[in-house]
Amino acid sequence: MSEVFILAQFVGEKIAKTTAELATCGAGIGNVTAIVLAPPGSGSALASQITFGSISKVIVIESADFAHFGVAASAQAIAHVVNEHKPSALLITSSAFGKEVAGCVAILTNSGLITDAVDVSSDLVATQVIFGGSSTVHSRVTHGCAIITLRPNSFSPDAAVGSPEIITANITISDSAKLAEVVSSQPPLAEGRPELTEAQIIVSGGRGTNGDFSAVETFADLLGAAVGASRAATDAGWYPHSHQVGQTGKTVSPQLYVACGISGAIQHRAGMQTSKTVVVINKDPDAPIFELADFGVVGDLFAVLPQASEGVKARKS
Amino acid sequence: MKIAVCVKQVPDSWAEKKMMGGVLDRQGVDAVLNDLDEYAIEEALRIVEAHGGNGEAGANSVTVISMGPERTADAVRKALSMGADAAIIVTDPALAGSDALATSKVLAKVIEEGNFDLVFCGTESTDARMSVVPAMIAQRLTWAQLTFAGSVVVDAATKTATITRVTEAGIDTMKAQFPAVISVVEKINEPRYPSFKGIMAAKKKPVEIKNLASLGIEPSLVGTAGAWSVVDDATPRPPKAAGIKIVDDGNGGKALVDFLVEKKLI
Repeated sequence: MSEVFILAQFVGEKIAKTTAELATCGAGIGNVTAIVLAPPGSGSALASQITFGSISKVIVIESADFAHFGVAASAQAIAHVVNEHKPSALLITSSAFGKEVAGCVAILTNSGLITDAVDVSSDLVATQVIFGGSSTVHSRVTHGCAIITLRPNSFSPDAAVGSPEIITANITISDSAKLAEVVSSQPPLAEGRPELTEAQIIVSGGRGTNGDFSAVETFADLLGAAVGASRAATDAGWYPHSHQVGQTGKTVSPQLYVACGISGAIQHRAGMQTSKTVVVINKDPDAPIFELADFGVVGDLFAVLPQASEGVKARKS
Repeated sequence: MKIAVCVKQVPDSWAEKKMMGGVLDRQGVDAVLNDLDEYAIEEALRIVEAHGGNGEAGANSVTVISMGPERTADAVRKALSMGADAAIIVTDPALAGSDALATSKVLAKVIEEGNFDLVFCGTESTDARMSVVPAMIAQRLTWAQLTFAGSVVVDAATKTATITRVTEAGIDTMKAQFPAVISVVEKINEPRYPSFKGIMAAKKKPVEIKNLASLGIEPSLVGTAGAWSVVDDATPRPPKAAGIKIVDDGNGGKALVDFLVEKKLI
């Protein structure tokens, strides 16, 4: 049976949901080992949260260098583990950090790299949806360890429970990975809403909001959704850039995407086209976003959204 | 200060992209300078302008580096029109189909020969969208990696660069000594339009063409031959089946909720 390593990631000190998704993906390929990069003294507390049924082993590496030297230090430690154990595959969640780490590990381990996969088969064929969702590609790594980054929400989190063996590895980070130093860190502003790329439901606003996101936010909060925005809305300063969905913003793939007052320029569609269900509210019946809609309402979002919010509230009470 | 900016020519975002034989068909589409690279060019120009300027007038230089087919020269010309001083284009038939590993190998080799202090990049190309090449170049050169920069401050006296790294994980302030690879996010600045003077001046700027032999890179290590991943198949996704479309008659919101309930989404 092939050995698959996954990089466990944490939000603060709590295991990220995407780690459970990697576990599910890994279980379909072989024996799964999770790598935990921890600050000194935190290794066992972090590793103890890895109780997914599919994970048989956890390798914990403690070092203050991960927080201080970011991608380069993390990549060096992971490459060390990969070179020692030679797994068939290394799975990492697609994010700015995850993709850069994957790229550096690929170089350090002489391995091929595939990013933003939405599926990986048992024989390591990765599925990617590219060019803004217009093409599906199947590809394979042909050299070294198959390093694959997986888009969040592509797999359901592993719900089974297990108690993996925990191993500690001592790895010293060399000076060559300490060239860029993290002087200070500020976590993303907590808004009480889910992170955009991990959310099951996203409600997005565009030009049609005219800068008033209150109806969008109200509906989002009732659904426990993240709030997204089109580039038109973020460029106008109506919503923070960190919420932008599209080619130059985030790529999302939620169960439900509600586009409100968004015309659907190809750059926006590139970021949300793989959403499972798309609902559209737009005044313009010819808006291209309707081409993607499973359910579209031609109408004013300021009338439709509040009524929908009332409807959701009524169902909850 | 000697700065390099890596740029890529990509299919126009609006064009329909197709796969052909496992790689992107670059012939059949309009090609432009990758949007996101313009921010890198702009940032490099602003930094040298703040440090006494570039070109004949100043002590600094901005060199554009690009790898691609011959027509990459068009994208490079735009970068020169914006104000870069010179360009290096790496073009070779054996480079077609190169993966990110090969691309970073070639770019790192060019950078290594150029004695640069800083290398700027965009965060991703709008075609492949991998966002890995800047980090890979830094890894190959063993240079400091300052990526996803939302702001860049350069201190020429101490040869240090400080950036704010802006990602979904938050905002980090990162600092490094030269040499460093810096990738910039699009919110960092507003790229300038090439002026008429800039466009005319660009025609006279030096463009050096290199190939694999002149870089001393074995052709079997790059392109389709040297790629460490292969595409088995690529298929256009079937157009989405037409959904339900209603006109709000005063009950649009209710109908929307009914749809979500029916689909078990709420």
